[in-house]
Amino acid sequence: MKKAPAFIVIIIMGFLLVYSAEEFPKWGDPNQPASLHVSPRYIEKTVEETAVPNMVTSVLADYRGYDTMFETSVIFTAGITVMLLLRRKRNGKRV
Amino acid sequence: MVREFEDVIIQTLARFLIPFVQLYSLYVLIHGHGSPGGGFQGGCILAASFILIVIAYDLKEAKRRFPEKTLLIFCCLGVFIYAATGWACLLLGSNFLDYGVLSDILPTGHVKARYYGMAMIETGVEIAVMAVMFSIFLDLTTKGEHEGILGETDAGVHHK
Repeated sequence: MKKAPAFIVIIIMGFLLVYSAEEFPKWGDPNQPASLHVSPRYIEKTVEETAVPNMVTSVLADYRGYDTMFETSVIFTAGITVMLLLRRKRNGKRV
Repeated sequence: MVREFEDVIIQTLARFLIPFVQLYSLYVLIHGHGSPGGGFQGGCILAASFILIVIAYDLKEAKRRFPEKTLLIFCCLGVFIYAATGWACLLLGSNFLDYGVLSDILPTGHVKARYYGMAMIETGVEIAVMAVMFSIFLDLTTKGEHEGILGETDAGVHHK
């Protein structure tokens, strides 16, 4: 019965998370802050500010540049991790 | 394990197909500005062309064209290009990844500089994704030994 306290804590935390999720803006709500301020700015200024015909590209690579940089880092880390875990020594030297 | 085989149809078709696959990957990268596409997708397509070499020929041929040391260098180079673009903006006196100031070193205006800055980082993403995908493929298919799939006789084929 060692797991019972952990289970109870998880139940309580899950309840709190679901309860607080009620306070979030509704999915696709046109009056939520992101729809009122952020999206119109991107839609109106993308071509003017970045000369890119596609909004998705400007958000991905310019307005959200940090995000994409660390996505690339995640992929890099995944590759290095697979190398470290799977590559074996053969005849004493590392391949 | 897979038996050793050499199929002239597959090899000829692969040799014919691979340049077009790689060209298409560059198209997806460059045209990602105006249509669906970009570094991640183009990198996967480019990695698929190298995987096609492994499937149609063998591992030795693929490693002769693309040794794993080069692969590791390309992994790091891709991420470095991305971060270096950010640092270049920082050195030119603006925020990290604020491509507008690149107009100081590029022969373009402030707005077009953002366009080319995005193209630069997408190129970095493409290189990194291509190297990582191909490296993971090699490690997973050979159990990390980098020998013994699809036509190499010294390991893997005889052991099983």
